[in-house]
Amino acid sequence: MTAFINHFSFEFQAGIRDKQLLLVNYLLPLGFYAMLALIMPGINPGFLESLIPTMVTFGILSATLLGIPDPLVKAREDGIYRSYKINGVPSISIVTIPALTTMLHLVIVTVIITVTAPLLFDAPVPENWLNYLIAFAVMAFASAGLSVLIGVLSSSTRMTVMWSQLIYLPSMLVGGLMIPSSLLPDMVLKISQLLPATQAMNAFNALAMGKVADFNPWGSVVALIFSGILSFGLAIYMFSWDSRNEGRRGHPIMALLVLLPFVIGIFLF
Amino acid sequence: MENPVIDVRDFRKTYGDFIAVDDISFEVNQGEIFGLLGPNGAGKTSTLESLEGLRSPSSGSLRVAGIDPTREQRKLRNVIGVQLQTSCLPDSITAEEAMMFFCAYHGVAARYDLLDRLGLAEKREAQYHQLSTGQQRRLSLALALAHDPSVLFLDEPTAGLDVATRVELHDIMREQQEGGTTIILATHDMAEAEEMADRIAILLRGQIATTGTPIEITAEGAGLTKVSVRTQKSSLSEPGISFPAVSQQTAKDEYSIYFSTDIGPTLAAIISHIETQEDALIDLRVERPSLEDRFLEITSPGGDR
Repeated sequence: MTAFINHFSFEFQAGIRDKQLLLVNYLLPLGFYAMLALIMPGINPGFLESLIPTMVTFGILSATLLGIPDPLVKAREDGIYRSYKINGVPSISIVTIPALTTMLHLVIVTVIITVTAPLLFDAPVPENWLNYLIAFAVMAFASAGLSVLIGVLSSSTRMTVMWSQLIYLPSMLVGGLMIPSSLLPDMVLKISQLLPATQAMNAFNALAMGKVADFNPWGSVVALIFSGILSFGLAIYMFSWDSRNEGRRGHPIMALLVLLPFVIGIFLF
Repeated sequence: MENPVIDVRDFRKTYGDFIAVDDISFEVNQGEIFGLLGPNGAGKTSTLESLEGLRSPSSGSLRVAGIDPTREQRKLRNVIGVQLQTSCLPDSITAEEAMMFFCAYHGVAARYDLLDRLGLAEKREAQYHQLSTGQQRRLSLALALAHDPSVLFLDEPTAGLDVATRVELHDIMREQQEGGTTIILATHDMAEAEEMADRIAILLRGQIATTGTPIEITAEGAGLTKVSVRTQKSSLSEPGISFPAVSQQTAKDEYSIYFSTDIGPTLAAIISHIETQEDALIDLRVERPSLEDRFLEITSPGGDR
């Protein structure tokens, strides 16, 4: 337990000390939040209605997809895992602790956004705080799991950027952050349901903010939970100590299994 | 061997078609410093990493303190200490945090005294990327020693260190040895190996080219002893002089230099010549072949292995 606490404490501090992590954990989400909250209401007055869930979801995507995979790959390439293995650091700690510390950073960012949005920008607060908490937790869990899996599978830091952007950019465009999902064509909406961001925005809006759901919001919660479980499970299974990632178990294509809950959700909900 | 702590039997390591280590066997006794030498690509790292549990042997058996490094990795962690050749810590971890972090995983109290002993007292709060290469290596060594391992693997431990730290590190190695720790020392520094190692194995193309004490290995060589002589009247510079058992001779900075295959007759003849010529000896130096000479002899193209 002491080892876990020490490891957690170091990783958490690294999320602030490391300039790149500080940027994706705090500066990018909070800077973007301030900028959009000032500019967007002038262009789209309805934007304020979903300011809090939008910016919280954006914060989760930035901190996880841009913040988790790269340090994991860099640590493996630099041989840090070898040093960890020799000193008895278990692979499950290497995989889960960065995710947990990122989630703690996200709690701080989410609290800042949730407290300041109504005070500074007159944004509506969640109607159901428990559901707000649930939607936040499942999105952070699913997105952190996906990011860890990208870090475990990527053969290099360059590939990490590509895989992360493959989820990050579509999430920004069709994930319900900039454009409400209800305005998307049916086919695009269906495809966008493969993205955790779409599921999270649906859950936030319908369960916490009192808005109309685009599809079953509890289905979104369940899909996010199962996707997160699959992501972490696969990441632990496929983790490799080898600096060239040659000793990995399983084929990378297995990672597509994390989409299965969303695919099932499209047909069920 | 009386009490082998490390037992390597018919160890072979291949990567695809490439044979990195080809059926080698050796033993290391408790409390011994065992030098593993060889040019780059000789198989040292594959051997070390397999003993450390980082790689699995392709065939053969390995035992470290009776533990199979491939199958019993949890047990192995508390028995071995490893100083890796390359820097292997996260950039933002401080020296103090690293000590706390690894000691916690080994289940022992943090050994901050080792940081002080290795000259890192002022750098406890410095992040890893802020340390110089030498400081990073010292930190790596402090971490390797922190849980008091019974087997210590040191991979190029003094590379990039200044003279004072190098001496301190050698003192620490001797202390560890006196305490019964077995040390595997992989190094390119022949002087260090000659000074520190009780026994040495020279690896070449995946096989053990030779093994023994530094003196034994050196004595196996061609055995040319270098004799440098300087006299007052330069009587040795006269043309046509020859001495028994001298295979080569040259001159440099007022010294006449002879390479002898049998030092006794050569020295006697040189001194006799100086006396006969009523010359006076100013300086005479005899240099036995070093481990480095022997190493180069073995590893050079067309060497004796």
